[in-house]
Amino acid sequence: MSIHHTDTPANPGRRHFLKTTGQLLIGFSIIPSTFTATHAMAADAVTVDEGSINTWLRIDAEGNVTVLTGKTELGQGIKTALMQIAAEELDVSMKRMHIIIADTAQTADERYTAGSASIESSGRAIREAAAEARKVLLEMAAEKLQTQVGGLNVKDGMVTAVATGKSIGYAALLDGKNIQGKVSGKAPQKDPSKYTLVGTSWPREDIAAMATGEPVYVQDMRLPGMLHARIVRPPAYGARLLTLPEEKLKTLPGIVKLVRNGSFVGIVAQEEYQAMKALKLLQQGATWSKPALQPAQPQLFDHILQQNANSEIVRKNESVNPAIEGAATKLEAVYKRPYHMHGSIGPSCAIAEWKDDQLTVWSHTQGAFPLRGTLSDLLGIPEAKIRVMAVPGSGCYGHNGADDVGADAALLAMAVPGKPVRVQWMRDDEHSWEPYGSAMLLRLKGGLDAQGNLLALSTELWSDTHSSRPGGRAGHFIAGRDLEKPFTFSVGRFSGGSYRNSQPLYDTPSQVILNNCKGPLRTSALRSLGAYANIFALESFMDELAHKAGKDPADFRLKYLKDERAKAVIEMVMEKTQWRDRIKKKAAGLGIAFAQYKNDASYCAVVAEVQIDKKAKQYRLIKLTSAIDAGQAINIDGIINQTAGGMIQSASWTMLEEVRYNEGGILTRAWDSYPILRFNAVPHTEVFVINKTGLPPLGAGEAAQGPTAAAIANAIFNATGSRLRELPLKPAKIDWNKV
Amino acid sequence: MEQTIVLKVNGKDWNLNIDPEMPLLYALRNNLQLNGPKYGCGMALCGSCMVLLDGKAQPSCIMPCSTAATHTITTLEGIGNRENPHPVQKACIEEQAAQCGYCLNGVIMCAKELLENNKNPTDAEIREALQRVLCRCGTHTRFISAIKKAAAANPG
Repeated sequence: MSIHHTDTPANPGRRHFLKTTGQLLIGFSIIPSTFTATHAMAADAVTVDEGSINTWLRIDAEGNVTVLTGKTELGQGIKTALMQIAAEELDVSMKRMHIIIADTAQTADERYTAGSASIESSGRAIREAAAEARKVLLEMAAEKLQTQVGGLNVKDGMVTAVATGKSIGYAALLDGKNIQGKVSGKAPQKDPSKYTLVGTSWPREDIAAMATGEPVYVQDMRLPGMLHARIVRPPAYGARLLTLPEEKLKTLPGIVKLVRNGSFVGIVAQEEYQAMKALKLLQQGATWSKPALQPAQPQLFDHILQQNANSEIVRKNESVNPAIEGAATKLEAVYKRPYHMHGSIGPSCAIAEWKDDQLTVWSHTQGAFPLRGTLSDLLGIPEAKIRVMAVPGSGCYGHNGADDVGADAALLAMAVPGKPVRVQWMRDDEHSWEPYGSAMLLRLKGGLDAQGNLLALSTELWSDTHSSRPGGRAGHFIAGRDLEKPFTFSVGRFSGGSYRNSQPLYDTPSQVILNNCKGPLRTSALRSLGAYANIFALESFMDELAHKAGKDPADFRLKYLKDERAKAVIEMVMEKTQWRDRIKKKAAGLGIAFAQYKNDASYCAVVAEVQIDKKAKQYRLIKLTSAIDAGQAINIDGIINQTAGGMIQSASWTMLEEVRYNEGGILTRAWDSYPILRFNAVPHTEVFVINKTGLPPLGAGEAAQGPTAAAIANAIFNATGSRLRELPLKPAKIDWNKV
Repeated sequence: MEQTIVLKVNGKDWNLNIDPEMPLLYALRNNLQLNGPKYGCGMALCGSCMVLLDGKAQPSCIMPCSTAATHTITTLEGIGNRENPHPVQKACIEEQAAQCGYCLNGVIMCAKELLENNKNPTDAEIREALQRVLCRCGTHTRFISAIKKAAAANPG
């Protein structure tokens, strides 16, 4: 099993064979020699029709299966999971499986790899295509072996007639031809109780490459004749270039080209360090006009609260306000979330080449097809002349600098035709220019009757956009706005990300109002979008209500949940953490929280455990435990890895992180000013997966983000009596006199 | 400006005509085409570019090649490969200790140094040894398990 499935340029015979039999597939390979073959691809590319089996999988002359997905690998292990799905339906062993990820010349357009939706969407398509392929192949085999389809067995791609013992393999059946047919969606699918691969923890192949220093990432690609570039980014949003000390470059060796277009400046050099030295000289000498960044950070939330002209009623219920007004106990609380950073460990990187009237871009984008469309808008060349190939990069948790650096590389490549140009962002570029997760403010109100029963919940929230991806509009690229003839940026109306998970699943009348607002910083999708803050607020508030009602916070939630699967994850995490015993003994601070991601994907409950050091006025997060129901699990270990990782990442956001700025621009430009969780403060983690064999698989990759945040806040309250409602939950915010 | 610098990397001497001020990382990645050490911050704050200098884990992103030339350098590629992995590499593969894997280089290099000096490290000692390495996917607890496994597989 390898990530690439490619012909070898050194073997023209085989290449020719594959071409004439319609099986030519050139996947991504970081082995440099294979890149020489990729330029011929546009002509070779097959027509991608989402209705045909061939769009999703092919079987070659040796019986190897290649899955084609329009989704991309972000470190979440999607390649392995999708291959498991296809191998299971086809009854082919994993050693025969290969996969090609998003490539505008070869795969279906599946838009963005986002929203924990790849298993649900691409996985479903691949499963249906594999089931259809199996049906077609078995019909062919039945004819060849002169029997009925029902009388056939398949083992590792070998079809055997039970009655006669005669066999024929998938490859021989196809005899070098494509599998004919459309995906009807009606082909019989394997009974999930008979799964042998799906639902197991099949290991990811790419980890061996990562652990031994084999090339894996776009950063590792080295193309023949490749040039290195850096971008002289403006020092702040909206800054305009006044003067550039171009003469200083004369003293430097290896400079190939200085590209200046308005306030977009790129420097292309023979070698990487030469480009870095040039960047430093240009940054030191350039002068810029700079608008002040407003409002000042201390006034940020006042500024947000003043904006209620662009409001939407997300959920309306006329009975909510009267119920809260008339309640025996009324509660109101305001929660705040600052801007958070993706903070990928490897800054964004892309390679582009303009050659023979064709632009090729290698990118760790989440959306190869939308990136192609947006590059077309930026450069004024048709999409047919652009190929974008997805290549893994450093961990991706949403819309980071990947698309922007793709645009940078494309602009520079157009200026040096025939040469691949590698653009590597500096750490400072990523920290200060990536689109952040939006700051949010949430006001929750609720009422209890005299017996502590919940009467109603009301939420009003304020948020900037969680989606400014470059869906075809070049103004969404940083570079697009800096050109001499700039493209304009306009936020769309999309607001679903802002109110994600704001509607309670609890069985009580509730209403939600969203105020779409505009903040000072660039924002877009960060893992779970608005769900992180919405769940932090709602699940903190449920804890506050339980406390007011004098009820155990876990029992209080269970009482108002109707969905058995929701209750099951809470009950499991309670059992695994010995919640009832330990909450009585008060040995450590315990907090619980729950959400079903997007109210329609995975169910996840988290228990956090904190320990207090009163003397040092510090708390320590000891452990995070979660139970998750992701429906039919495809890869159990993959779900555990994603969930444990999600909890740790969310703990870092929750306890430590806040983007800071002043009127001159972003202040948190590196890890010293934007610290994230390091090994000495990382909690222990434990994840329990409830595998629902036969039920639809549910997106799992973002389910832990929100519950973790609230569980930590609730644990701090349990341990100290201080209710922290403003993220990050710094120890200084705790009232230590109460402890 | 360029001069001949001899770098001792993974058991071989490499004669390179390079700018002696160039940080070691760029010589390793671009001149020697190694992938183990990675660019993360260029400020010695994240550990992505970790190499072993005379057996000690050190960031390579700010150290000039002229200084690096006075040391014996080992990269991730130098401690093992797919066919013959170092016990820490083997344990990371078996434990599936990676998500994006970008930080894995720093984790493995720091763990190798640790296990050279401490055959049976505690949880706290492992965390201390990895303190300079940043991971954003949240794979920390798996790395700690993998290193314990590697230690157990090779008791002193």
